[in-house]
Amino acid sequence: MALTTAPDPTRRGTGSVRPPATRRGTGRIRHGEGLAGYVFLSPWLIGLMGITALPMLLSLYLSFTNYDILTPWSEVEWVGLANYERMFTADPSWWHSVRVTLRFALIAVPLKLAAALGVALLLNRAWRGVGLFRGLFYLPSLLGGSVALAIVWVNMFNRDGAFNSFLALFGIEGKPWVNDPDWALETLMVLAIWQFGAPMVIFLAGLKQVPTELYEAASVDGAGRFRQFVSVTLPMLSPVIFFNLVLETINGFQGFTAAFVLSNGTGGPIDSTLMYTLNLYIAGFTDLEMGYASAMAWVFLIAIALITAVFFSTGRFWVHYSDGEDR
Amino acid sequence: MVANTLAPPVAARPQRSRSRSWLRLIILLAIVAVVLYPLIWMIGTSVKSQQEIVSNIGLLPERFTPGNYTDGWSNFDVSFGRFFLNSAMVSLLTVVGNAVSCLLAAYAFARLRFRLRRLWFAIMIGTLLLPAHVLIVPQYILFRTLGLVGGDWPYLPLLIPQFLATEAFFVFLMVQFMRGIPRELDEAARIDGAGAFGIFRHVILPLSRPALVTTAIFSFIWTWNEFFRQLVFLSELSDYTVPVALTLFIDSTSQSAIGPMFAMAVLSLLPVFVFFVAFQRMLVEGINTSGIKG
Repeated sequence: MALTTAPDPTRRGTGSVRPPATRRGTGRIRHGEGLAGYVFLSPWLIGLMGITALPMLLSLYLSFTNYDILTPWSEVEWVGLANYERMFTADPSWWHSVRVTLRFALIAVPLKLAAALGVALLLNRAWRGVGLFRGLFYLPSLLGGSVALAIVWVNMFNRDGAFNSFLALFGIEGKPWVNDPDWALETLMVLAIWQFGAPMVIFLAGLKQVPTELYEAASVDGAGRFRQFVSVTLPMLSPVIFFNLVLETINGFQGFTAAFVLSNGTGGPIDSTLMYTLNLYIAGFTDLEMGYASAMAWVFLIAIALITAVFFSTGRFWVHYSDGEDR
Repeated sequence: MVANTLAPPVAARPQRSRSRSWLRLIILLAIVAVVLYPLIWMIGTSVKSQQEIVSNIGLLPERFTPGNYTDGWSNFDVSFGRFFLNSAMVSLLTVVGNAVSCLLAAYAFARLRFRLRRLWFAIMIGTLLLPAHVLIVPQYILFRTLGLVGGDWPYLPLLIPQFLATEAFFVFLMVQFMRGIPRELDEAARIDGAGAFGIFRHVILPLSRPALVTTAIFSFIWTWNEFFRQLVFLSELSDYTVPVALTLFIDSTSQSAIGPMFAMAVLSLLPVFVFFVAFQRMLVEGINTSGIKG
């Protein structure tokens, strides 16, 4: 593109005379730069409008209608709050999917983060093997979200799977865990925890930022290792813990692939793996009740926004930001 | 276990610290075993005969049965080769789309001053947390209204968003990266007469290569593994990508399909594994730059 290399005529001559014209943050908009900004931003802006904002508004509208993909637009009926009413008062499977999702997130996320932090602490000190271990532990995070791995997982916890062979070593007789409504969701939790590598990598980077002087000082003051962990490591690490907690919780609510594979898209056995997103998919694309599915999507969005807001407002009380230390 | 591992440098007591590091190594090796077991079991099962899958609980087959791979490859009316081609095409085009569109947006956010910049940036950060599942129904309706679902080339609904920088994660990653490029370079180029485009072309673009590579690797792997959107938008068997095709095995899981299913599962993870081996360092560090700074 010839255009990109052409010097800007308005700048010529003045550039060398003027002192560093704009300091970051406070500068006035340079002539022509405002336009250039929007030129560079335009793909993103079009995407924001067309792929994000418009669909959100459409979905909000649809959530007050009985739209399904089959009826023509002219026959779509405004049903007011009926979809929301149905969801909260007349749809036990919706409530069930909320419970399944909450249970999944409340158990799997803390365990996954605990595993990530524990292993990060084991790896923390610099020694030769760290890179290798770090890489190996990270591998499941790359593979774990795939259909292929979900298939492996389901078979591993099936009657003839590896898990039961392992139990057999101790004389315990297993069962087809994935077909048992009391255990199917737990196998998915184990799959989530198995992917502890990504938050572990983030914890490791955070641990490196903790200044050793703090440990030395604590040690001089007579603090033992446990006391050092509680009084130095945890507070210094709290921003990273916070980041991982928010991210993993939001991810945890969105678990879809493994539940889909385990239940072949039904949420079974007996709705035990009916994660919220799977329920939404079934409503929208199996039952074609797209108005209802849109209402479900909006409730989901608001719930996630609320949970994030709660995290951020409570974060003030336990997240410790040290100033200047790691800059 | 936790307490004795986060130690500050221990200078004295070499005896205790040595036994401690042995203990740590043993624990770490045990975790490695747990992490790798499912993967090794998957590979072992993919080369077991149907009979052995049920009877032989060991990791390795007694009789090596590569036939699962050829059976799986041609298990459906359309060969898996086609599914792999489809997946590769979607993934590579997604890489191109993300790299180009996110780089342009990131440059605007990181370097240019324009009206409402802060507002747009805040909105971009907001979309980071927006779940894909929330938008899927209306997006499906819109793309279907435009005749793009199941059209002549059914991948457009998967690819159009990727060319419009909707993957905010990568925009954010690149903004963070560009903030590290010294502004003195911009000023120098400006003194030489370069405008916003010239600075982009001659300063930011060449120096952003590491961020572009990270973006490319992550967007390839994520798209290769992605399932939800591909499931929704692809309906013809011959258009299927690998993840969608793999679910066909579940429908037909009579016991006989397990070997071939595992064989195809192994093949489908192979590209990701190759990327992992080749770019391990970069992947791990990519998480960090995007993760905690800022």
